[in-house]
Amino acid sequence: MLAKRIIPCLDVKDGQTVKGTNFVNLRHAGDPVELGHAYSEQGADELVYLDITASHEGRKTFTEMVSRVAASVNIPFTVGGGIGELKDVDRLLNAGADKVSVNSAALRRPELIDEITRHFGSQVCVVAIDARYVMDKGQGTRDNEWLCYLNGGRIPTERTLFDWAREAQERGAGEILFTSMDHDGVKNGFANDALRRLSDSLSIPIIASGGAGAKEHFRDTFLEGHSDAALAASVFHFGEIKIPELKSYLRSEGITVRL
Amino acid sequence: MIKNAYLCARMKVAIVKYNAGNIYSVVHALRRLGVEPVLTDDPAELRAADKVLFPGQGEASQAMGYLREHGLDEVIRSLQQPVLGICIGQQLMCRHSEEGDTDCLGIFPVDVKRFRPTRHEDKVPHMGWNVLRNTASDGITEDGYVYFVHSFYVPICEFTTATTDYILPFSAALHKDNFYACQFHPEKSGRVGEQILQRFLNL
Repeated sequence: MLAKRIIPCLDVKDGQTVKGTNFVNLRHAGDPVELGHAYSEQGADELVYLDITASHEGRKTFTEMVSRVAASVNIPFTVGGGIGELKDVDRLLNAGADKVSVNSAALRRPELIDEITRHFGSQVCVVAIDARYVMDKGQGTRDNEWLCYLNGGRIPTERTLFDWAREAQERGAGEILFTSMDHDGVKNGFANDALRRLSDSLSIPIIASGGAGAKEHFRDTFLEGHSDAALAASVFHFGEIKIPELKSYLRSEGITVRL
Repeated sequence: MIKNAYLCARMKVAIVKYNAGNIYSVVHALRRLGVEPVLTDDPAELRAADKVLFPGQGEASQAMGYLREHGLDEVIRSLQQPVLGICIGQQLMCRHSEEGDTDCLGIFPVDVKRFRPTRHEDKVPHMGWNVLRNTASDGITEDGYVYFVHSFYVPICEFTTATTDYILPFSAALHKDNFYACQFHPEKSGRVGEQILQRFLNL
């Protein structure tokens, strides 16, 4: 049986991890390569690196970092942030990434998903979706809906989460990484209702993101949200949840994990 | 784990260069074990290597077409030293693949099939960490979790040395004479994968 995956996410700016400063027993917690290696040794199943720099120089630094991650880490890793065209994908896969995650650029130009999967296969294409539940304002058809946002959640769109996720799958996406903007940073659990609806209606794996604050939240997203994987950042970076303990706990709750 | 770092450093390890992607992760994994492999499609260089790896991700008919065009099909079949096929490499070492209705190398007399899921939970490709179970003592694998990404599988046959259950039990590893093969990616399978690669290098 496939194991449920635990995925630490590292935000990288100018070659340094952001938010990673309190990581236990690591002299250079700011070094994304060393941090990723430490997570893989602890039993992380995959890693996600997000480039949050905007500059051209920053992109070059990020690509160099991807090469160093590939040389040092013995588990799969995904890279994302600022991927706008096929040549970005080519550059990052050549640097040694296993998968790329696309977000705003795919929302703006959905054909990007077809292009990536045609050139490199579905398994390399993770479509990341940032969405927020828009409450009924009595103003039209888009109320009481999960709406997708662009540019790290800054710009709302008219697309709904479920329509966009289905389209992404039809265009060949290999996985959906859904971040609930309502749950992100609140540490009160994942958006399990929306996750379950995604997981039950699509045939590709769903990665839950946003809301991890306790071990129970991971159990809940696997059991109630039917998620295939769960991603978190700060609870791992600050050592609030340690991956070996999390996995032992999940196994004791009857969830299949790799130990 | 490394039997002899000096021997590893001197060992000539070749990786078959062809039109299948994601070969660099195998290069990195070998480097972590102290081996500097050469990536080559030169028959003489492949024949002269102590060990040959045949990894990659890709589509079977295109990969076989490339191998035939470059005469690499005959070269791989005739290799005498230990050879390890990984992922599409394992599938290409079989007789035939349903992917593109492709005649393959025929080293293992078994036909590659497409996964046909019957339940919603059984997503294809089979992607992620799954359990490897040794079923024979002559392979290079060990029990544990390993990382898979594939939509086609090798059925269980007399050359199966390890199995994994997904939709149905299939061949996760094969062995016949000097030919070894695995469906999973040892280069991405953490410590367990490293040990499997090391065992291959120690053959």
